[in-house]
Amino acid sequence: MTTTTTFGVRVEGLHKSFGQNEVLKGIDLKIEPGEVVCIIGPSGSGKSTLLRSMNLLEVPTSGSIYIGDREITAGGADINELRSHVGMVFQSFNLFPHMTVERNITVSLERVKGLSSAKAKDVAAARLSEVGLSSKASSRPFNLSGGQQQRVAIARALAMEPGIMLFDEVTSALDPELVKGVLNIMIDLAKRGMTMVVVTHEMGFARQVADRVVFMDRGVIVEQGPPDELFISPRSERLRSFLSEVL
Amino acid sequence: MNDFINMFFNIELITKVLPDLVGVGLMNTLILAVSATAIALAFGIVIAMALISRHRWLNWPARIYVDLLRGLPVILTIFLIGQGLPYMGVQPFGPSAYPYGIISLGLIGAAYMAEIFRSGIQSIHHGQLEAARALGMPYTTSMAMIVVPQGIRNVFPALTNQFIGIVKDTSLVYVLGLAVGERELYRIGQDMSQRVGNLSPLVAAGIVYLIITVPLTYYVNWLDNRLRTGRVPVIVEEPATKAIASEGAKA
Ligand SMILES: Nc1ncnc2c1ncn2[C@@H]1O[C@H](COP(=O)(O)OP(=O)(O)OP(=O)(O)O)[C@@H](O)[C@H]1O
Ligand SMILES: [Mg+2]
Repeated sequence: MTTTTTFGVRVEGLHKSFGQNEVLKGIDLKIEPGEVVCIIGPSGSGKSTLLRSMNLLEVPTSGSIYIGDREITAGGADINELRSHVGMVFQSFNLFPHMTVERNITVSLERVKGLSSAKAKDVAAARLSEVGLSSKASSRPFNLSGGQQQRVAIARALAMEPGIMLFDEVTSALDPELVKGVLNIMIDLAKRGMTMVVVTHEMGFARQVADRVVFMDRGVIVEQGPPDELFISPRSERLRSFLSEVL
Repeated sequence: MNDFINMFFNIELITKVLPDLVGVGLMNTLILAVSATAIALAFGIVIAMALISRHRWLNWPARIYVDLLRGLPVILTIFLIGQGLPYMGVQPFGPSAYPYGIISLGLIGAAYMAEIFRSGIQSIHHGQLEAARALGMPYTTSMAMIVVPQGIRNVFPALTNQFIGIVKDTSLVYVLGLAVGERELYRIGQDMSQRVGNLSPLVAAGIVYLIITVPLTYYVNWLDNRLRTGRVPVIVEEPATKAIASEGAKA
């Protein structure tokens, strides 16, 4: 898995409201190229909203976000071009059910990157082999297990050669025995130097893989630091009580 | 009883009307229905996209169009459009009423198809559009490649139903006045029935309609059933053995 350029992320003074409901209340976060950051926190604290802001699936109410050295929140930014460099994997896989596994990967290669059909198929084959699913290229998504679908979704995102990957609770919808296959792929990706922002409930994964853990609650970052520090000696009462519930 | 059979099922009259019914009427009915459906599908999808648009200048006109044409009786709309266009001097197809019949049915059909397309498109989980957009596909590409094809598949039975409706509605086009060779099934049955004072030719026309519509109805039911029950997914998880996966496991 070659990563061409990895991007860092800079989030400055990010606010996001849905109607009257202010979900992000001033987020500042800097992520270095190649860094793996896990975001943890209680349900509804704004983790997904923060992550989805990083490829503008949510449009910030105010504040700015830089991917690499480009400000994506600046007016006139080419959103589609930007997104083709930012991979995202969802909790619910979101594979395209009317397409084969291979086509799921080639469609954006052809339509967004302008690859020829033959070249796109080569890339798809390579990515599928990396996630151990070469034999499923011509299957339909609904004939795959959840774990296999999520591995295809990761392969699909990686095929675009992103400089950063966003993961939103990608194992939460999986049966426990299927979680490991997906996490192993993410662990490998991290080792290869991909910048990763991972919203997760998998504290084991955060501990093992994250360079930094960010704890969010009620729309703010309450505490952040290396996993060992954060998990072993949490400074805030909120993180202590959160950890006592999830660990 | 004999009177009844003679009035509705006079074999002689039925045999007499059959060549015209099949040779002229059936052909015209199918041409009218298929052309009108083509217009309805093409225009219907455009209106559907406007219906789901967030821009009010797309949304409102589409909404009004759909409400109007679905709210009016078909025969009234056929009159308004079919006589109105030529009356206003819009006669791109010459004076024949036939093309205006097709346009009228097509425009009415588009209103119904638009609502069907809209519901189909909106039944697709939002995650599909998000996944496509997250890969960098523009909105129109995402809709065209990912969302709309799935939406259409979900409403294919309803669209076929609409086609059946259009087949039946072609029987109203005669109000615009059709030349002899342009007459569709109903008009041919009706013409002879009036001439001979017997309803058997009309019954014959009815039977030809049924031969088209009833099998289609059963086809729709079958499709619907298959879509509803869905295919049973075969779920087999195999261990992730290849390249990364195994390396990762050692980590
Ligand atoms: N599109 C939306 N419209 C309105 N409210 C929203 C929308 N998306 C999220 N919210 C609200 O924003 C808040 C934060 O949601 P978010 O999904 O970011 O939380 P989260 O930390 O990811 O939670 P979870 O762990 O349950 O996924 C919630 O109160 C949610 O109801
Ligand atoms: Mg979430």
